[in-house]
Amino acid sequence: MAKGVMIVAEQRDGALRKISFELASAARKLADELGDEVSAVVLGSGVEGIAGQLGKYGVDKVYVADNAAFEPYTTDAYAQAITKIVKEKDPAILLLGASVLGKDLSSRLVGSLATGMASDCTDVKIADGKLVAVRPMYAGKCYGEVVVAGSPQMASLRPNVFAAVENAKAGAVEKVDVALDAAKLKTKVLEVQKDSSGKVDLTEANIIVSGGRGMKGPEGYGILEELAAVLGATVGASRAAVDAGWRPVTDQVGQTGKTVSPNLYVACGISGALQHMAGMSSSKYIVAINKDSEAPIFTKADYGVVDDLFAVVPELTKECKKLLA
Amino acid sequence: MNIVACVKQVPDTEAQIRVKPDGSGIDDSGIKWVMNPYDEYGVEEALKLKEKFGGDVTIVSVGPARVVETIRTALAMGADKGIQIDDPALNSADAYTTAAALAAAIKGIPHDVIFCGQRAIDDDSGQVGSILAELLDLPQLTIVTKVDIEGTTVKVVKPIEGAQLLIESSLPCVITAQKGLNEPRYASLPGVMKAKKKPLDVKNAAALGVSTEGKAKVAKTTAPPSRPPGKIIDGADAAAKAAQVAKLLREEAKVI
Ligand SMILES: Cc1cc2nc3c(=O)[nH]c(=O)nc-3n(C[C@H](O)[C@H](O)[C@H](O)COP(=O)(O)OP(=O)(O)OC[C@H]3O[C@@H](n4cnc5c(N)ncnc54)[C@H](O)[C@@H]3O)c2cc1C
Ligand SMILES: Nc1ncnc2c1ncn2[C@@H]1O[C@H](COP(=O)(O)O)[C@@H](O)[C@H]1O
Repeated sequence: MAKGVMIVAEQRDGALRKISFELASAARKLADELGDEVSAVVLGSGVEGIAGQLGKYGVDKVYVADNAAFEPYTTDAYAQAITKIVKEKDPAILLLGASVLGKDLSSRLVGSLATGMASDCTDVKIADGKLVAVRPMYAGKCYGEVVVAGSPQMASLRPNVFAAVENAKAGAVEKVDVALDAAKLKTKVLEVQKDSSGKVDLTEANIIVSGGRGMKGPEGYGILEELAAVLGATVGASRAAVDAGWRPVTDQVGQTGKTVSPNLYVACGISGALQHMAGMSSSKYIVAINKDSEAPIFTKADYGVVDDLFAVVPELTKECKKLLA
Repeated sequence: MNIVACVKQVPDTEAQIRVKPDGSGIDDSGIKWVMNPYDEYGVEEALKLKEKFGGDVTIVSVGPARVVETIRTALAMGADKGIQIDDPALNSADAYTTAAALAAAIKGIPHDVIFCGQRAIDDDSGQVGSILAELLDLPQLTIVTKVDIEGTTVKVVKPIEGAQLLIESSLPCVITAQKGLNEPRYASLPGVMKAKKKPLDVKNAAALGVSTEGKAKVAKTTAPPSRPPGKIIDGADAAAKAAQVAKLLREEAKVI
């Protein structure tokens, strides 16, 4: 019978990503409730050395498959290998991250394992021995509690929502051999163009400073960049700012942009349209700076400042600099 | 070139979503239905490929009678024919079952490229495109912002965290569309007139041989967790307010 909780850990350039530890911690909690073990799968080339780190976050056993075909990630190679490992180890629950890679891989696995998945979850728990996964739907206008009838019960977890908690377990590393059918490897990564700014992606950022139409133009973002530099934050934007050509599409937060869950989201000159709030309402703390006291963003903000952002933001930068000095 | 675009009909982004008192789902009365915004990008890209390479664009949608309007919208944009999969048993189908129905319908028609949206903005699941690709044994290129086809090869651009990938694949394949791929066209008035005469097939689950049993289900729907009411920061001027916010972030929220 299917047993245990398995996670698919994510690594890039030979380093485990933060989501992997978040997955391990969430899996540990579920496994403790079930009285079962947590296993992890790590794929890559030359990644045996990093696999043991997962033990620190509650993983009992790590399966490592080393193959040049796993570098860089392709759906074809990963899905083939993980389908085999999952079928052999038969976990009751399988968790992945709802990161870019995790979204691509997890949904393919739903097909290859012929099961069901709750995607982009913000909470997971056990009821009557089964996984209950909680996820925002309709852009966060309601939440669904999903139960999976297929096996394994799959869920992908929203990055930055689950705390990575240290809870040392064995983390025993076991190498597994997966023979890949080369005829099924139909895609190839030709080029990886790294973002030269080196900034943390919005979906992974702990702090986001976001600007909307109230920024008045692309120059306006200078003061947000300055605040972001002091806070170690990433700058985001509303669709109005993106559509005006002030900021790139990859900066857009919202229903047709990125879903983000930072610890702190600072909304400057953003009215708080439903479609914008859809993308950021799972932020832990929200600060809104808007000169219109009626702006809907204030209904979601923990701290609201009704004033001219061009006066407030530079002062906020100064104050934060002082506090963090 | 034979192109398929899957389109889902979803509540308008402005729609108020009300949870039914018994938590069994949402009350969909009074909702305005539209084409999923990401599917608009898929349809637009399909039409662009047709303009470049010739061929046919087929629209496939799973859903009740109301989805005919959305299929007609795509036909009015310039697609050639539609397939509606209409079965009460599929009305709130999970991703696997929906993909299985789409796969069964698409299997029967020639397809070089299949477009889906990267996610539907109602269930926000983002699964159907990949499951469809797996069931048809095709490669998948998900969340892409650029498509280039030459012969039987396709190259796409896919943004990931902190980078952009250029990925190559053989055709046929499934591509899921992300914002940035293109600017969807509007249906013209003559387009709307023509769409009325374009062929539209209707099929049900039994005819397609699809099991409607389901692999996942929303057992309970709830209103979103409410946020505690926020504070409006008092202060003599912008500087005083900023100082207050910085202090709260540091001492109360402990996020900086
Ligand atoms: C299908 C669809 C999808 C969409 N998807 C998204 C999405 O993903 N993300 C998104 O953001 N939007 C999305 N939108 C658009 C959304 O409806 C809003 O139009 C948009 O979010 C508004 O952006 P904004 O808040 O920057 O601009 P506005 O609504 O114009 O707000 C500007 C705000 O700035 C304030 N302001 C102006 N000057 C100052 C100043 N000097 N100091 C302080 N405050 C100032 C004003 O009081 C105002 O509240 C979508 C819309 C549709 C129809
Ligand atoms: N009922 C449906 N009919 C047609 N296409 C669908 C349907 N559901 C999902 N899709 C396609 O799959 C994409 C992703 O949907 P989802 O996995 O539900 O987020 C959508 O953008 C559509 O292209």
